[in-house]
Amino acid sequence: MSEVLLSARNLTKKFGGLAAVNEVSVELWQGRIHCVIGPNGAGKSTLTNLLSGDLPPTSGVITLGRHDITRASPEQISRKGLGRSYQKTNIFPSFTVWENIRLAAQSRAAQQPWNPWRWLGRAASNRAVNERAEHALELAGLAARRHEIAGAASHGEQRQLEIAMTLATAPRVLLLDEPLAGMGVAEAESMVGLLLRLKAQHAMMLVEHDIDAIFTLADHLTVMVNGVVIASGEPEAIRADRGVQAAYLGEEH
Amino acid sequence: MSAPQPHLETLPRSVQLVLVLGLLALAAFPFFGSEFYQQMVTRMMILAIFAMSLDLLQGVTGLVSLGHAAFFGLGGYALALASSDSAAVSLWWSMPLAVAAAGLAALIIGFFVVRTRGIYFIMVTMAFAQMLFYLVFDNKEIKLFGDAALKLGGSDGVYIYFKPDAGFVDLENKRTFYYFVLACLLVVYAFLRRVLWSPFGRALAGIRVNEHRMRAVGYGSFGYKLTAFTLAGALAGLAGYLWGAQTGFVNPELMGFHMSAHAIMMVILGGMGNFAGAIVGAFAFEFMLELFKDLPTVGDFRIGKHWQLWMGLFIVGVVVFAPRGLLGLLSRLGARKGSGHE
Repeated sequence: MSEVLLSARNLTKKFGGLAAVNEVSVELWQGRIHCVIGPNGAGKSTLTNLLSGDLPPTSGVITLGRHDITRASPEQISRKGLGRSYQKTNIFPSFTVWENIRLAAQSRAAQQPWNPWRWLGRAASNRAVNERAEHALELAGLAARRHEIAGAASHGEQRQLEIAMTLATAPRVLLLDEPLAGMGVAEAESMVGLLLRLKAQHAMMLVEHDIDAIFTLADHLTVMVNGVVIASGEPEAIRADRGVQAAYLGEEH
Repeated sequence: MSAPQPHLETLPRSVQLVLVLGLLALAAFPFFGSEFYQQMVTRMMILAIFAMSLDLLQGVTGLVSLGHAAFFGLGGYALALASSDSAAVSLWWSMPLAVAAAGLAALIIGFFVVRTRGIYFIMVTMAFAQMLFYLVFDNKEIKLFGDAALKLGGSDGVYIYFKPDAGFVDLENKRTFYYFVLACLLVVYAFLRRVLWSPFGRALAGIRVNEHRMRAVGYGSFGYKLTAFTLAGALAGLAGYLWGAQTGFVNPELMGFHMSAHAIMMVILGGMGNFAGAIVGAFAFEFMLELFKDLPTVGDFRIGKHWQLWMGLFIVGVVVFAPRGLLGLLSRLGARKGSGHE
């Protein structure tokens, strides 16, 4: 049975006089992919940053499961089961691919930096962490790149690594900010395949520009322009909407 | 874009070999070196502990503290205040006291400073250290209650007339004290290497490389940085305690700006983030310092008097030609030699 895992009501974020996000509401359901589209500057990334706690909202309420996370910090929100990836690749470039993912997986083990036992154990030999990291590594198709320094990996692999790190935290809600950006055709196809495989277990919000991918993936589509939602609903209904065509989709075709 | 150079965390064979040889040399030194040089090497080992404690912040966590000497000085003053003029104080409570006092001060100061980043962190750590410096510098004694008072000695400092009493070994014996300091050095090194590969240490390294991403995957970076700051302060306190015990004298300079800056240079000189570099850096720094100070006078120009100038040039040279410090240089030479055989 499907349920709402994340809901945001009337979210507003103002930068000075400008409302980058204005009275936006979204609901993310388990087993469904919610795509957010819109031209540059529409407020899509700001919306993602509000939901993940990277930015505090000016007003509105966000709930994750049963928790109110409106004022929570990114690390608190992450630990409550929300994982996000970034539009601009945000990894640990000087670490190996494996260490990037392992470190993300380790965040789900007891943290307690003040606990002396956590200073003396060997990080690399925590089985539960290694298994979770291994799983994420294979899901993202990076098993062959394990020992590579992340900063030296190709752009596409770094995008896969973004997703792998997010998955290694075992989230229930996934916010993915343009995971296909800058990818080649084959890489994009395998990423779309991965997202479809992940769909059943997660509630997903996808900010994306690739129209073909959007209509392959989206169960629900929200169109934003200038911080405001101008349409939200089934993808086919949105595609037929003349206002949306004029505001956004028309530009692409 | 070239890939960023990873830190030298795993020590290559060539470096390990040099470290083992270095350890053997240290263990054998008292049987060959004169008492003067034995004292000098003892001082180098104490500074190596101090440099390693800073490396936990600077090299591992990426927090460059310009006030780390405050905790070094506190450790020394803790010994001075715990000592009496008539008898030796027991090592077994005065050393833990010094470590705890420095650690507590680091916890309190860290609570405020680890919220800041980059240049602001550098400035506030320096500001706190200067506050402690002047607290001691300007006060001969601080009245507590009744007749009790902390005799800080002001700018003159405080003498420590006896080395701490360790019970079964006599630390007044200079050779015994040498080996005691060597043992402390080894324990601190082993502990910090262990920390480096622990879940805690990996998280600190993650914070150095990309704190924003660490928070996004669920790490509360504040707690990690505060713990690192406290631990580093406590270990600096241990070094300061040993310094006080060796020299029999503490003064505000131990907390001063120069002491903090020297520690930063030692860590950079040796190579950051692996603790072995901090040891090598401390030895190299002190060795070069003695060398430059002994430079002769040519005509009217006393070359040795301007040792800081030569030291500056030396450090600049190392940073330019060996950006990963002396250990990085060593491992590069070792790698080149190794590949030549193939």
